Amino acid sequence: MGAGSNMTDLYQSQRAMRQMRRQAMQRGVVAILDVGSSKIACLVLRFDGTGRLSEDGSIGALAGQSGFRVIGAATTRSRGVQFGEITAMQETERAIRTAVQAAQKMAEVRVDHVIACFSGANPRSYGLDAKLDLEGQVVSEHEVAQVLASCEVPEYGAGREVLHAQPVNFALDNRSGLGDPRGQMGQTLAVDMHMLTVDAIAVQNLVRCIQRCDLELAGIASSAYASGFSALVEDEQELGAACIDMGGGTTSISIFMKKHMIYADAVRLGGDHITSDISMGLGVPLANAERIKTFNGGVHATGADDREIIDIGGDTGDWEHDRRTVSRAELIGIMRPRVEEILEEVRARLDAAGFECLPSQQIVLTGGSSQIMGLDGLASRILGQQVRLGRPLRVHGLPQSATGPGFASAVGLCLFAAHPQDEWWDFEMPAGRHPAGTLGRAVRWFRDNW
Amino acid sequence: MQPLKGWFRKPEEGRCDPAPSRLKYRLQRWMLTPGIRFGLRFGVPFCLVFAAGAAYLADEGRRDTLQAMVNDARAAIQERPEFMVNVMAVDGAGTSVAQDIREVVPVDFPVSSFDLDLEQIRDVITGLDPVKTASVRIRPGGILQVDVEERQPALIWRSREGLALLDENGIHVAELGRRSLHPDLPLIAGKGAAKHAAEALRLFAAAKPLGPRLRGLVRVGERRWDVVLDRKQRIMLPAGNPVRALERVLAVSEVQDLLERDVAAVDVRLAGRPTVRMTENSVENWWRIRQLNGGGQ
Repeated sequence: MGAGSNMTDLYQSQRAMRQMRRQAMQRGVVAILDVGSSKIACLVLRFDGTGRLSEDGSIGALAGQSGFRVIGAATTRSRGVQFGEITAMQETERAIRTAVQAAQKMAEVRVDHVIACFSGANPRSYGLDAKLDLEGQVVSEHEVAQVLASCEVPEYGAGREVLHAQPVNFALDNRSGLGDPRGQMGQTLAVDMHMLTVDAIAVQNLVRCIQRCDLELAGIASSAYASGFSALVEDEQELGAACIDMGGGTTSISIFMKKHMIYADAVRLGGDHITSDISMGLGVPLANAERIKTFNGGVHATGADDREIIDIGGDTGDWEHDRRTVSRAELIGIMRPRVEEILEEVRARLDAAGFECLPSQQIVLTGGSSQIMGLDGLASRILGQQVRLGRPLRVHGLPQSATGPGFASAVGLCLFAAHPQDEWWDFEMPAGRHPAGTLGRAVRWFRDNW
Repeated sequence: MQPLKGWFRKPEEGRCDPAPSRLKYRLQRWMLTPGIRFGLRFGVPFCLVFAAGAAYLADEGRRDTLQAMVNDARAAIQERPEFMVNVMAVDGAGTSVAQDIREVVPVDFPVSSFDLDLEQIRDVITGLDPVKTASVRIRPGGILQVDVEERQPALIWRSREGLALLDENGIHVAELGRRSLHPDLPLIAGKGAAKHAAEALRLFAAAKPLGPRLRGLVRVGERRWDVVLDRKQRIMLPAGNPVRALERVLAVSEVQDLLERDVAAVDVRLAGRPTVRMTENSVENWWRIRQLNGGGQ
């Protein structure tokens, strides 16, 4: 019964976070915090009423996301985060403070609630399903909650925690693919649920860090989910697509289908590895390597690249050492194997997830590392023909500096904050599953036996 | 491993950590709190000004000085010649009434118009008997203009105290020394007659055909009217609808010369039974004539 009580705790804590999010909505101000390995981004959102759909029911301007506005944005170099997990809490806390303070200063408003996302902590996807005999009654919210609660939860291991548990598909009798079964009649109600678990320690560290900054956590999401939410366009989300968020420390993969995330994973390789390869290969400090990668990086060497000479610099004081140069082809020769390794690892994960079985094979590359020149060509060789580079959706008030692909998960988190998809804990837990006190248990025992 | 005791370490040259200290961070959040912002922007200056004011006024002498200063400034403005009122003009009142008004209005000219309570002056003037309405205003040029409408006497009321003039509503206008001062006004008498002056006036209007024969009206028992004519004739009117009864009597009189005959009283108090009382003299005559005519048959 260990998993069961664990689930109840999770249910309560997630409901508490949802409550916090509701409070934040009432206050009208909420902060978005993307804790990445290379940068920490903080956006401050102001909600001015709910985003309305246009009269004809179609999604209006800005994909219906016009209910909020970004009023503050700040980015800072991440400290103490490796592979998307916090390794030095003090440093991370300071970095979060920096970002939050700058964003607050820009927004000129105090933020108390924060919705965070992170990419690491070994996300693992599970597909759950359950069936409920309806006895011919109409499906209501109660039945939906019941069928969700009756999902067989696998043993996902101690020290893991559920981050997302979203019903992705409902089926009534033989009709599958229902988005909303409420109000319909049938004999059996079946549900498919996607559950994402992560290491509990990583989540706890992040929660602790945010609490130490005097902020309340109003929601937590996987950055794979968030970046898929913002970088995939609506058709791709509907027809099936994979979003690959190439961050600094990790590369997150999320597969969307019928507007729901059905699979998420992460490869613990990212742009920082490319930088450290350059640093080691050329013998330059990491900061220089990062600069060289950003300005001169690429993955396809041409004849012109042999002639393009890059100063790799240095400030040792040794004239010969500080005037070293390298051709761009050499740089590409260092970067390409690592990029290929990352993409092949992603390919392996996609294959393991059964991505080739999806009707659409669209792959969208986003994240800071997706800006490497020529990456789309290389990716289409490794991942398949339908590859494009994705940028996050445009949202109100987002500064120009925060519209790049590196902000895909931050922007996705904005959308998540404004219109969260239904999770398992958004439904009332049926009475039988509530942890009753001793008295309640006695009463139930009495009632069951007489 | 990075050094754990970070606070002993000096920031490295050229790469200082942009992170705010925890205190600085909290302070900034505190300053962004709406209540605190409002308090700092408005509350603190207000408190400072209030405290300074209170400290200054804590001293009795300063308070008095300030009060005196305010009073002086006030007086200086009020006593400017533009605001001074020098004379009172009374329009629409007769000499004696004007004299009365000047007596009752307790103003010593010249006086500042700020000190005049026009409302109260008006009430005092309206309180005088002969004054019906009064309007008081300050005219440019420093004149207190009093426009008075006098009550017009409509009736003379003879009572035990003497003669009094009443207006059409029965309100006392003035004492009257002699009847001959107002020979044109009709006369009423009796207790409570003044309260029914309007009715009396209607009766007088109806009694116009009687001409100079009419002496006056007498209120009887505070209930009904008697019309008194010369030759001590009386027409006794009912309490209800006396004008109509009088008109009936006059109509009968016109046709049958009732009032020209030697009757002492015409009693129409009961509309269904009008009664005529003859004088003693005529009764005797009548008896004599009957004896002469037919020996009392």
